[in-house]
Amino acid sequence: MAVEPLVVSPGPMVPQPYRVRTRGRETADTWTIELEPLGPAPIDLEPGQFAMLTAYGVGEVPISLSGRGSDGSLIHTIRDVGAVTAELCRTPRDGTIGVRGPFGTTWPLEEARGADVVVLAGGLGLAPLRPAVEGLLSQPDSYGRLLLLYGARTPGDLLYPQQLEDWRGEGLDVRLTVDAGTRSWLERVGFVSALLDDVTVDFESAVALVCGPEVMMRVTVKALLQRGASPERTYVSLERSMSCGIGHCGHCQLGPILICRDGPVFTWDEVARWLSVREL
Amino acid sequence: MRTLDRVVLESRVFAGLEEGFAEQLAGCSQTAGFQAGETLFREGEPADVFYMVRRGRVALELYVPGRGELTIETIDAGSVVGWSWLFPPHVWHFDARAVAPVRAVAVDGACIRGKCEEDPALGYELMQRFSAVLLERLNATRLRLADLYGGGHGS
Repeated sequence: MAVEPLVVSPGPMVPQPYRVRTRGRETADTWTIELEPLGPAPIDLEPGQFAMLTAYGVGEVPISLSGRGSDGSLIHTIRDVGAVTAELCRTPRDGTIGVRGPFGTTWPLEEARGADVVVLAGGLGLAPLRPAVEGLLSQPDSYGRLLLLYGARTPGDLLYPQQLEDWRGEGLDVRLTVDAGTRSWLERVGFVSALLDDVTVDFESAVALVCGPEVMMRVTVKALLQRGASPERTYVSLERSMSCGIGHCGHCQLGPILICRDGPVFTWDEVARWLSVREL
Repeated sequence: MRTLDRVVLESRVFAGLEEGFAEQLAGCSQTAGFQAGETLFREGEPADVFYMVRRGRVALELYVPGRGELTIETIDAGSVVGWSWLFPPHVWHFDARAVAPVRAVAVDGACIRGKCEEDPALGYELMQRFSAVLLERLNATRLRLADLYGGGHGS
């Protein structure tokens, strides 16, 4: 009689070893890595969710999913802003990184069916939105108009420039802006919320997905609401100091909310009042 | 064919403007067009006009020795380019260049200033609308100064 190999779930606090299959530079300080599992129980992340990535011997940080390979590999885009992220960005091909997860809530791709969808990203905020955009584009007939409004510091800081062009080819209405440009830049220069000026969707029924620096999200959501968007259909992805990932340690508390457990994706009406409290 | 006062009302900045005021604006206006790359005005030149952009994109540029022309803002259809015509000494502070072919309405600054002097209600209305544009661009500039994307926002 054949004996099935025993697979024991290691629990949410034990990082699983993953191999770096590919790594590529996105901008001066940002890298994208693709990870494949070395263990028997691969982690399944959905768009919007995050994993805790471990640089062994250095530490652990929360990083959102920014894509999936065709065989289910995990793709993460990481900015080098500290000791752990620097080590993750430096880890060479075939190096090993620890992964815990999946954690958190997902972008509302099911709830958005039938509606126009406006995706608003600022800076590195496009990374967590990328799998959502891919999900939308994989079933374009299920949604109304699809728009991506994306702002970055300079043209050289835009993530995934080739993919932005590819998405345009697939029918996504992509509008770009940067804080400062040169003559070779033919798209817009200005703050990302200005991209809404000539958008003509039915904001009242549209679903908005917003991700970027918190101030950018506050300003952008305000502009959306002024145009009639619903706070219940406007989703943001928040970031705080996630540590355990399962709502036990309290490091990511925002009022009564634990971002890692209740988020990171929230509707605006769930979090608006807490984001205006400076002490939280 | 639409008359210029109808065209004025199509601009986002002047939407809902009282018809009499739109006619006064139109009386100081003429259509204008620029090819991609063509200059609308240059820093230091007399600012005797403003443009309502109907189609295309205009870049406001600043020439920085050693770095060339930096684009500090772009203005698309529906908005206006230029407010130096409104404030002495009526001189442009930046260059403006068509990024893509531009169709616009050019409004003679001296003409409309004269009408505003004669009709304070028109002057107040236009000042309110230009102030709203100024406030919007000032706020956007402040947000860009904050360099929000440069921080440690992880993914």
